[in-house]
Amino acid sequence: MAAYEGIIADLIEELGRLPGVGPKSAQRIAFHILAADPAEVQRLAAVLTEVKSKVRFCEICGNVSEDVQCRICRDPRRDPSILCVVEEAKDVVAIERTREFRGRYHVLGGAINPIDGVGPDDLRIRELMTRLADGAVQEIIIATDPNVEGEATATYLARMLRPMGLTISRLASGLPVGGDLEYADEITLGRAFEGRRSIDV
Amino acid sequence: MGENVRVKLYRDEAVVLRTRKLGEADRILTLLTRAHGQVHAVAKGVRRTSSKFGARLEPFSVIDLQLYAGRNLDVVTQVDTLAPHGRAISGDYGLFTTATAMVETAERLTEIEREPATQQYLLLVGALRSLAEKVHASSLVLDSYLLRALAIAGWAPTFSECARCDAPGPHRAFVAPMGGIVCPSCRPPGAAAPAPETVGLLGSLLAGDWPHADISHERHRKEASGLVAAYTQWHLERQLKSLRHVERA
Repeated sequence: MAAYEGIIADLIEELGRLPGVGPKSAQRIAFHILAADPAEVQRLAAVLTEVKSKVRFCEICGNVSEDVQCRICRDPRRDPSILCVVEEAKDVVAIERTREFRGRYHVLGGAINPIDGVGPDDLRIRELMTRLADGAVQEIIIATDPNVEGEATATYLARMLRPMGLTISRLASGLPVGGDLEYADEITLGRAFEGRRSIDV
Repeated sequence: MGENVRVKLYRDEAVVLRTRKLGEADRILTLLTRAHGQVHAVAKGVRRTSSKFGARLEPFSVIDLQLYAGRNLDVVTQVDTLAPHGRAISGDYGLFTTATAMVETAERLTEIEREPATQQYLLLVGALRSLAEKVHASSLVLDSYLLRALAIAGWAPTFSECARCDAPGPHRAFVAPMGGIVCPSCRPPGAAAPAPETVGLLGSLLAGDWPHADISHERHRKEASGLVAAYTQWHLERQLKSLRHVERA
């Protein structure tokens, strides 16, 4: 933004780096900040610095946390024998929303994607293996994304974990709740058939 | 009423080479099409679980699709699956890494957008199919694919007569920068000297002589893979990111 000078130009440039914010939106946000109540801006600035200094990754599961260990890893009510493996910290939140899972998590930090240079050694797989060494975990649920990279990561993990004699499962793929069968694509519908279950009445 | 403006829609078959996340729920796809060469296209909303064609636009899938020619990027409007290789390939880690190396090579060899590359397309479709159906060992499929893709791109290696002076073979020395096998008088010092069986295997892989390639010995396959990797890296100039992750069975 050559039209603005000094600190306003800097602010617009910094805002423009944020995901989904283009030059025009950056300009709008900058002027909103200029017009806003100083206390409000102070609060925003304080939160921004605080989040960078306080938030780190849990030493056990790799989830975002304010302490050395995250809230879930510290919670004694969580079942230590079941572990759910996810790609990102965002996925932990998505699974927590279901209220179905009472075990603990392991965040890999992505999926295997050789075309972008991401191999198994670039993920937190070694940490996962170390975590399993004490034998407390009995069951592993692999909850990587249902796309090619996520499936390949699941295949890789399953192969590494099988010799350890754990129960390993993969999240099911199938029809979204509330949808119409006729609109499902053939690949998802095919998976739904593959993973069908018997109804106990 | 003015005349209707011609709608810029077109239809083609394609292999999905790569997908990248875009914004909230979209993806940018790199496609190798049958008639239009490499095309970058936006697939809107495919990362949502409610997406109707997200599953069809996965890497390695062969699809029939309709695209809207946008100003920068084309937009995917309809997709039909021709061959969903994604499942078979991602269910086997060795196949997945092999297929990734193949699509990365295809992406590299067809870098000029919209330059028709039908031969490359057909070769890739065939290679992905034989990989997914496990017709041959995955490392053989990869090496054969690399040699033939490079040959189509104009870098055909020679495995019988000398690459430099055409002296009739067989010769022993392999030099990637010179274009394959060279005779004793053209041979620079320090050239690799693979086993004669390895050279025979490389010739079969380039020619698509599968009966011969399938019965080759493990030791010669390994040696051939090393030479093919060196030859590919030399001609593509930049490193293939996925090649070092390939798991050879």
